[in-house]
Amino acid sequence: MRKGPIIITAAVALFFVISWIIKSGGAPEGSSSYDAIAEGFWLTFAAFLTLAILSFLYKDNPFYKFAEHLYVGVSAAYWMSLGFWTTLVANLFPRISMTLSEWFQVEFISYQYHFWVPPILGVLLLMRLSPKGGWLSRWALAFIVGTTAGLNLPRFLRSDFIEQISSTMLPILVNWQGFGDFFTNFSLSASGQFVSIVSNFLVVLGVLCGIIYFFFSKEHKGAFGAASRFGIWVLMVTFGASFGYTVMGRISLLVGRLTFLLDDWLGIISG
Amino acid sequence: MNFFERLSLLDRRWVYLILAAVVVITVLIEFDTPIRVNPEVRSIYDFMEEQQPGSYIHLAIDYDPGSLAEMHPMTYVIMEQALAKGLKVIMTALSPNGPGMAEQAMLEIMDSVKLHTGKEVIYGEDIVFLGYKPYPGIVILAMGQNYRLPFPGDYYNTSLDSIPMMEGIINYDNVEGVILITGTSGVDFWISYANGRYNVPLAVGLTGVMAADYYPYLKSGQIFGLMGGMLGAAEYEKLAGRPGRAMEAMRVQVWTHMVIILFILIGNIGYFISRRRGGSV
Repeated sequence: MRKGPIIITAAVALFFVISWIIKSGGAPEGSSSYDAIAEGFWLTFAAFLTLAILSFLYKDNPFYKFAEHLYVGVSAAYWMSLGFWTTLVANLFPRISMTLSEWFQVEFISYQYHFWVPPILGVLLLMRLSPKGGWLSRWALAFIVGTTAGLNLPRFLRSDFIEQISSTMLPILVNWQGFGDFFTNFSLSASGQFVSIVSNFLVVLGVLCGIIYFFFSKEHKGAFGAASRFGIWVLMVTFGASFGYTVMGRISLLVGRLTFLLDDWLGIISG
Repeated sequence: MNFFERLSLLDRRWVYLILAAVVVITVLIEFDTPIRVNPEVRSIYDFMEEQQPGSYIHLAIDYDPGSLAEMHPMTYVIMEQALAKGLKVIMTALSPNGPGMAEQAMLEIMDSVKLHTGKEVIYGEDIVFLGYKPYPGIVILAMGQNYRLPFPGDYYNTSLDSIPMMEGIINYDNVEGVILITGTSGVDFWISYANGRYNVPLAVGLTGVMAADYYPYLKSGQIFGLMGGMLGAAEYEKLAGRPGRAMEAMRVQVWTHMVIILFILIGNIGYFISRRRGGSV
């Protein structure tokens, strides 16, 4: 076995232990020694995991793999136990069984027999694991697909289609009372008439040209081609805005982790 | 090989290192950054300020630890403002990894409000945390009928009927509005169901990655306010007069954005110069 990985692992382990010892000594007054040791361990472990994930930027390595697998495993287990306690124990058992409610120490509500339907569908879904009874899972899947489609259709139709179209039907001439009034009350403020007119015009033009860009039944030439090219520009501006926000979001996450390392772990800055 | 061609072959890890150095330096060195408050953030603040003490607000905390850095400052500043004003806060967390963070924020802010205003915030009388349930769309629809359908008990399994604050509170009709702070696509369900079906006023705090996609909903009036990423949180902190980590992080954002813009400019100049010379980049 090569010595390099062993030396690096030993150095990381040593560094971890030193950090654990130092951070265990910095627990708030009044906390027990056990709490202080636990606090020191979890703080050091969190810092280790942060650095392990960030180490991927240099190159893939076993510390990154460890942190990644730990995250996936813990998340899966956490979701499963959360689902059990928040759905089965909190919502189902109090409606189907007094004994189970007492066992899990939740208040029994009343017998509601239609609440047997979800667990039956759940069991049917698990039948997928059975080689012979796998077809039974299709009933539960059909229920899920049907319900989701039924719920989503009016949802999209209303909020993403009708509402969005109606909010695009904007008056181009906002509060128009003639040129005299327009020039007399001319203002460049965001809520002013001029900015509102330009803004509404751009929204209507942007939507029309954006749609034209995706219209492929006619060749993009002449005025139609010019509108299509303007549509591309509108799309590019949109992507640019999204990219700018994305950069800010990613930097925010980096700031969050570095603040944790510099403040909570190393104590260099005050939070 | 000219300067730009050499740059195009630069190992990207140097870019990471430069960015990391800029972030660390700007975190360590304190200086003020001007923050301009946008109308979409101000409308949320004004909405909160208009509420009378004793009014109910639904605060939906639907994000995971992955977006904690952006979302937590929003949660802290809004919850602190609400509790200091004497509003009643109903909290939910419809993201699987959200309950732990929501509880942490709630407990810390209850302490913080007492420390700063002397007002004792009592769980069950001033604030209640209903916890998590899976399938946000179904839960949001069910809460529109009765909070007790998806949440017979709160996060600690106390029956809602035995919580003083929830007496007479049936559904969205009893809350003044929903402030949603989210890093998930569950925001679509809130817009369609909570606002679309039940007409509850809705404002959103979103991660930077999501923010640009939801401005059309602001324009259409389906949401009345929008906080986008850490900048949105910083604007709100400024309005509320509660400087926090978002305002501090703005100086980092300014400098890292300048560095990134510089990289983009150099990259593009190099690309066009190389193209003019007939080379490939």
